[in-house]
Amino acid sequence: MQIRIRGGRVIDPASGTDAVHDLYVADGRIVAWDQAPDGFRVDREIQADGLIVCPGLVDLGVRLREPGQEHKATIASETRAAAAGGITTLCCPPDTDPIIDTPAVAALIQQRATQVGHARVLPLGALTQKLEGNQLSEMAALKQAGCVGVSNTLRPLASNLVLRRAMEYAATFDLTIFLHSEDPALRNTGCVHEGIVSARLGLPGIPEAAETAAVARDLALIEHTGVRAHFCRLSTARAMQMVARAQHDGLPVTADVSAHHLHLTDQDIADFDSQCHVLPPLRTRKDRDELRAGVARSVITAICSDHQPHEPDAKLAPFTATEPGISALETLLPLSLSLVDEGVLPLMDLLARLTAGPARVLGIDAGTLRVGAAADICIFDPNCEWRLDANTMLSRGRNTPFLGRRLKGRVLYTLLEGKVVHQLEGIGA
Amino acid sequence: MKNSHIQIDENGRLCHLLTIEGLERQMVLDILDTAESFISVTEQTVKKVPLLRGKTVVNLFFEASTRTRTTFELAAKRLSADVLNLNITASATTKGETLLDTLRNLEAMHCDMFVVRHADSGTAHFIAQHVPPHISVINAGDGRHAHPTQALLDMFTIRRHKGADFSKLRIAIVGDILHSRVARSQIHALNVLGAGEIRVVGPKTLIPAQAEAIGVKVFHDLGRGIEDADVVIMLRLQKERMQGALLPSEHEYFQLYGLTEEKLAAAKPDVIVMHPGPINRGVEMASEVADGPHSVILEQVTNGIAVRMAVMSMVLGNRYASVEERS
Repeated sequence: MQIRIRGGRVIDPASGTDAVHDLYVADGRIVAWDQAPDGFRVDREIQADGLIVCPGLVDLGVRLREPGQEHKATIASETRAAAAGGITTLCCPPDTDPIIDTPAVAALIQQRATQVGHARVLPLGALTQKLEGNQLSEMAALKQAGCVGVSNTLRPLASNLVLRRAMEYAATFDLTIFLHSEDPALRNTGCVHEGIVSARLGLPGIPEAAETAAVARDLALIEHTGVRAHFCRLSTARAMQMVARAQHDGLPVTADVSAHHLHLTDQDIADFDSQCHVLPPLRTRKDRDELRAGVARSVITAICSDHQPHEPDAKLAPFTATEPGISALETLLPLSLSLVDEGVLPLMDLLARLTAGPARVLGIDAGTLRVGAAADICIFDPNCEWRLDANTMLSRGRNTPFLGRRLKGRVLYTLLEGKVVHQLEGIGA
Repeated sequence: MKNSHIQIDENGRLCHLLTIEGLERQMVLDILDTAESFISVTEQTVKKVPLLRGKTVVNLFFEASTRTRTTFELAAKRLSADVLNLNITASATTKGETLLDTLRNLEAMHCDMFVVRHADSGTAHFIAQHVPPHISVINAGDGRHAHPTQALLDMFTIRRHKGADFSKLRIAIVGDILHSRVARSQIHALNVLGAGEIRVVGPKTLIPAQAEAIGVKVFHDLGRGIEDADVVIMLRLQKERMQGALLPSEHEYFQLYGLTEEKLAAAKPDVIVMHPGPINRGVEMASEVADGPHSVILEQVTNGIAVRMAVMSMVLGNRYASVEERS
C-alpha cells in the first residue's frame, strides 16, 4: 500500500519542521516529502488540509493487563485504544502476571502485539526477579529479548545495596533503569497527597518527602554507578527541581510526567472520587504548575498516559480500598494539547514531549517523520471539540475522571509502519 | 472546599447524614432543637414515640463498637422502628463478598435506613452514592473522616452548659487529632456554629499536615493549649500508636498530654471536660478528672440518644415529605 498524505501541516519536532508538506509512504516507511519518488503510485490518498501531521506518539507508561489480568484489559483492546489516541509505540512495565523477568514473557507480549498489529509494544524488563527486590533479573537476556530498559515499578527493593548493584549491572549492558522513586516506608498506608485534602477527608497521606527522599538517594547512586536513569511519573515540584539540578550537573537522567498530573490536583478528589485515586498521588496546584514549567523547560522530556485500565469493580469501593490508576490512552493527546492553549509551551515543543522526547529516552529510532523512518504517523484535527464518552471509549477500562469532559484535538488517522491502524468513524476515505 | 451536596436533597433538606462539613448553621440548630424535644421522651416512663413505626433501620457495623451502636439502636427503638444489627466484620467480607454486594442484599430486604460504621474514610459517602433513593444513610464513623452524630451530641452538650452563643467560647481538643474522625467532625461543627476559638493540642506526630487550613489553632503544649478554655475535649489514644513510631510510650504521653486536676486549673473555673469514650484512664486523662466535677462524659452518652433520635427522625421524615410532594 502506497499512501500520499496531502496538504497537512507537518510538524516533526525531531527535525524542527512546521510547514505544509505532502508525505509519501511506501513499504512501511516514509519515502519522500513533497515530490513523489519515481514509480510511486498512489493507492490511497489522505486529505490532510487543516490537519496536523506529526510522528505517531511514543508513550512511556501503558499497562496492557495481559498476561495475567485479562479481566481488566488485553493487549488487543488496549493497543487498539492506543491507536485511537494516536500512539504508535508504547512501553509496558514489567508488573504483568507472570512478571516480565524472563525472555519468554517479554517475547510473548511482543508476539501478541505484533499479531494484533495496532501498536508497537516495547516491554520493560523486571529489575529484580519476580520484582521481589532481592535478586537481580537476567538483564542481558531481557535486553536480548527486546526489553528497552529495566524497572522495579513501584515495588520496593530490599535495600540500597540491591539498588546500587542493579544500577551497576544495568549499566554494564547499557540498559536504562526506569525509576518510580518512592520511599515505601514514608508512603506507609498513604493513598493521597499529605496536605489540606488528606487533613480534611481523613485519608492517609503520602508526604512529598516520600518522593524527594527516594529521588535524592537515587541521584546519589546514579552518580556513583554512572547508570543512565529515567525518572517515571514525577509528582512533586521539588523532585523535578532535583532532577533539573542533576541534569545541569551533567548526570545522565531524564524524566516523565503523566498527563493527569499536569491537569489535576488533590482538590479534584473532592468527596472521595476514586477516579482520582492514582499513584503517585495528585499533588497541590503549585506542584502541578511547577511540573508544567518543567515540561516547558524540557527538564521533563516526555508526557505519558500512565494508562491503567480497570474493570468497574476496581473503583467501586471506599476510596482507600479502590485500585489506583486512570484509563488514559485516549486523552493523552487532547489533554497535552490544552497546555498549548493555556500558553504553557509552543505546539512544536509539546509534540516533542510526545514523540522525539520519549523516543530518545528509549533510545529507539521512532518519533520522527524524516525520510527513511518507519511510517508511524498521527494525523489530528487540533480544533475538533468532543466529549469523552464511556460508550465510545476503545479501552476496556472506562475509569477516568475526564468522562464527560470537553476535549479539544482529535486523532483522525493513525498509521503504524505505513498501515492505517485507526481511522475515526465518519471520516471520509 | 466543596460541600457534600449528596446529603442534601433538591429541596435543601437532609436526606443522609454523612459529614458536618457543608451543613448550614440553621440545619445544625434544627437538629439540636429537635434533640432537645426528645430529651423529655427519654426521661418518660414510656420512652417511645411512634414516629418511625413500620420503618426498618439497619445498623451496619464493619468495625466493633458498643456505645455508638447501642445508642443508635436505642434511638431507633424509641422512635418505634424495627432494628437489625449486623456485624459485618465476622460475616460477608470474610467470604469474599464485596461491600456493594452486601448492600444490594440488604436493599432487597426493603430497609429504610443504614447506620454505617467502617474503618475506611469515605465509606458512608460511597454507600450513599450507591443506595437506591428511598434509603437513607447515617454515618456512624468512617475511618479518620467523620463521625457527625458524635459531633452533634457534643455540640448539644456544650450548648446545654454554655448557652447558644458559641462565639464566646474557647474550645480545646486534645490528643490524637490525626487519626480522629471525632475531632474532624467537631471542628466542622464548631466552625459552623461560629465558635470563638478552636484549638487542637498534641505532639506533631498526631496533628494532621496543614491543620490550620481546617480552621484551628495548633498547640503542642497542653498547659498553653487549654489555657482559659471553656471546653476541653479529650480524645481516645489507640494503643497501636506506639507501634507506628508516633509516640514513645503511654507513660510519656500521659506526662505531657494526660489531663489531671492540676493541669485543668489552667482552664476557666467553669470549664467542662468531654470525651467521646471509651476512656483510657491514666493515658489521656486521670480518673479524678473523668469522674470529677467538670466532667460531662456520661451526660454526652445520654444526650447521644436524643441527638440520634433527632437525626433519624429528621432524615426519614424528610424522605416522606419529599415522596408526598412528588405524589
